[in-house]
Amino acid sequence: MAKIPNEQLIKAIADKFDTQVTVVGEPYELLTVETGREQIIDLLTFLKTDAELKFAFLTDITAIHYPEQEKQIGVIYHLHSLTTNTRIRIKVFLTDGDVHIPSATVLWDGANWMERETYDFFGVIFDGHPDLRRILNVDDMTAFPMRKEFPLEDPNRVDKKDFYFGR
Amino acid sequence: MSDIQLVDAPAGVEGAGFFATSLDKAIGIARSNSLWPLPFATSCCGIEFMATMASHYDLSRFGAERLSFSPRQADLLMVMGTISKKMAPVLRQVYLQMAEPRWVIAVGACASSGGIFDTYSVLQGIDEVIPVDVYVPGCPPRPEAIIDGFMNIQELVKTETLRRRSEPKYQALLAKYGIQ
Repeated sequence: MAKIPNEQLIKAIADKFDTQVTVVGEPYELLTVETGREQIIDLLTFLKTDAELKFAFLTDITAIHYPEQEKQIGVIYHLHSLTTNTRIRIKVFLTDGDVHIPSATVLWDGANWMERETYDFFGVIFDGHPDLRRILNVDDMTAFPMRKEFPLEDPNRVDKKDFYFGR
Repeated sequence: MSDIQLVDAPAGVEGAGFFATSLDKAIGIARSNSLWPLPFATSCCGIEFMATMASHYDLSRFGAERLSFSPRQADLLMVMGTISKKMAPVLRQVYLQMAEPRWVIAVGACASSGGIFDTYSVLQGIDEVIPVDVYVPGCPPRPEAIIDGFMNIQELVKTETLRRRSEPKYQALLAKYGIQ
C-alpha cells in the first residue's frame, strides 16, 4: 500500500481528537504532533488499532530536555505503519517537577525497555510500568545523565584539576 | 657458537658441585617465568593483545603460555580496554576470586585513566576499584609496549618477597580498596 499522505493523517487525527492534538510541523515530511499526557494513550491506541492507519510498530520512545522552556521534559514517540510504510512522531511535554506519564506497555510489550531507558536517562516516570528501574546505568546512580543540568565530565576525576597544571 | 644468551643465576653461594641461594629468589624466578595471565579484554587494547599472543610477538616466550580465562590459578590480571562503571563490580569480583599471589596490569589509556571517555558511564581508571601494579600507556599500545609491561611485572615478581601478602604495606594497600 502507498504511503498515507500527511493531510489525510492530520484529518484522521483531527476528526477523532479535535484540538487535543496539535500539529507541530512536518520536518523532512515526517508528521510531528503534540498532545498532553491525558490523551497520549488514547492517541496511541487509535493510531495502532485504526483500520486504515495501522501504526502497529513502536519504533522508539525517548525524551528530550529543553531547560529554557516552561515544560522542560519532552517525551517522544515514534510510530511506524509497516503496511503503509508511514511514520509519525508524537511529542508530550511535561513540567520538570511533575514528570509522570502513563505507560505504553499496555499497547506494546516492547515499550517496557524503551521506557526504562527513558527513565534511566531523563527521569520520566511512566505510571503503570511493570518494572521501572535503571537499565543501562549503575543502580546506585542518583542523577539522570541526559538532562542538560548534568555535568558532561566525570566529577570523580581528579587528574585534570587546575593544581596539577600550576594554575 | 650459539648466540642464545642465558640469564645469570641469582646471587648465592657457589662451590664445587653445589649452589645455594635463598628460597625467595628461587621461587621468584619460578614464578616470574611461569605467569598465567587472565586477559580481561573489552575493546581495542584487547585486539592488540591478540597480536601480542600471536606468533609474531609471541608472549609465550616469557612463560605466559597458558592464558587462563578463569580466575582459578591465574596470577596476572591483564585489564585491556574501557571499563564502564557497570562493569566495575564484575572486574572487582574477578580480581577477588584470584588467589594470592596476584598482579594486575592496566593496558592502555582507558583501563589506566578512562582515556578519552571522560563521561558518567566510564570508570576513570581501574585503580578506582582494584590495585594496579603496572600501567601500560598508549591508545592502544603496540604489542611491544604490552610485552614491556609484562616484563616489568616479571621484574616485580622476581624481586618481591615470598609472601607479599603478609607485608603491612600490601595489606594497607588492599585495605584502602576495602579488600579483607
